[in-house]
Amino acid sequence: MSRIVILGAGIAGHTAARYLNKWVGKQHEIVVVSPNAKWNWIPSNIWVGVGQMTEKDVTFDLAELYGKTNVDFRQAKALSIHPEGNAGNTQPFVTVEYTGAAKTGVQENITYDFLVNATGPKLNFGATEGLGPEHGHTVSVCTAKHAEEANIKLQASIDAMRKGASQTIVIGTGHGMCTCQGAAFEYIYNVDHALREAGVRDKARIVWLSNEYELGDFGMGGVHIKRGGYITNGKTFAESLMVERGIEWITRAHVKKVEAGKIHYETMDGQFHELGFDFSMLIPPFAGVGLKAFNKADEDITGQVFAPNGFMKVDADYTQRPYMEWSAKDWPRTYQTPAYRNIFAVGIAFAPPHLISKPMQSANGTPINPTAPRTGMPSAAMAKAVAMSIRDMLNGAEKPTHTASMSEMGAACVASTGSHLFKGTAATMTVFPVVPDFEKYPEFGRDIDLTFGEIGLAGHWMKYLLHHAFIYQAKLRPGWSLIPD
Amino acid sequence: MGNITNREPYQQAYYPPAPTGFTRFMRTCFIWQLYRFFVINIKMLKLIAKSHH
Repeated sequence: MSRIVILGAGIAGHTAARYLNKWVGKQHEIVVVSPNAKWNWIPSNIWVGVGQMTEKDVTFDLAELYGKTNVDFRQAKALSIHPEGNAGNTQPFVTVEYTGAAKTGVQENITYDFLVNATGPKLNFGATEGLGPEHGHTVSVCTAKHAEEANIKLQASIDAMRKGASQTIVIGTGHGMCTCQGAAFEYIYNVDHALREAGVRDKARIVWLSNEYELGDFGMGGVHIKRGGYITNGKTFAESLMVERGIEWITRAHVKKVEAGKIHYETMDGQFHELGFDFSMLIPPFAGVGLKAFNKADEDITGQVFAPNGFMKVDADYTQRPYMEWSAKDWPRTYQTPAYRNIFAVGIAFAPPHLISKPMQSANGTPINPTAPRTGMPSAAMAKAVAMSIRDMLNGAEKPTHTASMSEMGAACVASTGSHLFKGTAATMTVFPVVPDFEKYPEFGRDIDLTFGEIGLAGHWMKYLLHHAFIYQAKLRPGWSLIPD
Repeated sequence: MGNITNREPYQQAYYPPAPTGFTRFMRTCFIWQLYRFFVINIKMLKLIAKSHH
């Protein structure tokens, strides 16, 4: 019997866990380590952030679910990886520290035969002074709890507007190196919708503040879509959406500092600006969770196993090249680490070889460019591929048998407003592949049939369907594996 | 300052395309959206199928 340890129980970690449980759970031991007691369908946090849903609607208890399966769930955070074991333990192991009430602070070494690192991001609010809900002045929708807090502040702002006050609402990214613009993009439209529903939209100035070079970049260098007899850049549609809803935008911005009611930011031209606000949701930059790695002699090999940003190096080509020489082939396919055949990293935890958007910097040398997004659909696809590879390697395969390169897979973003079935509309965007491949699609880097965008009620139904289908699937309800990831 | 009777052209909001009344109607036209829902589902399934290797 082999033991597979999965670090993290987000979209990637839980996807790997449910497939491995289904395929090899009876013959092998599967251990899931996550500091969080609950699984969270993160895309629906947007609706929590405007009071359309509660934390309960978008989360469920992991211990309870895994209790019905062969998965051994440990509520703990991983501290270090020891891929060669050490003097006292010949087997590879991870050191974890329990976070659940019963064993808080207790450390344990868990040996493994296969390790899947799906730890997700550290929400790096500390990168910008005054950013974030805990020690700063802005709110977040990155966790269900953050989203509930965001809604409380949003409702206070709406109450102030009902009493006649004017408010400035700023939504976007809180640093020049952020990703996940899609979440902020969706949130700004939901806030606009909430204000209209409350009858106070005329009292609010809503501003989009982002590190994108142009609207609609989303960390993917923007997209081209077919519309009205032209192949048009997504920027046109993103701007149209903003204008239609009376939203202003500021792009090419790096937020340097947030004070109570005031955002300080730098723009690409090297100028420094201030923007007053009453309510602000700014996405933080992401970093690795800070895992360490040690060799057999207990020497620190973190720098060999992880990139400087804390994400784990996998089978990508990390050779530094100028933007014009980047290729779809640089991106990892199997997510196996180069030095250890039994370690994989998926979801946000793997280190991308480089950005997707073109690197840019301000006249002062400050990098202002979105980093590469790794959203739900790609995370699930790579986790499933790794689960299949591990299953096959347990059955004797020498190397990973399945691939899931971000330059060979698509992603979807449905930015929906409100959760009512007939009242909301949504902007539906899909992109294939996520990383443009100019060798395969020389003109625009992407398949123009599968890269599309439209606005309408249908997208809203899609979002509603995805919310229920993916929570159903994650809860391992009957027939869950028939739902595509 | 007299009555404002003209529109400032060189503003952010001046340039992007604006949806026509017909486009806005079609966004919430139930029959059309039902068809689009079917089309989006097919496209997403194609996209998912092409994403797994």
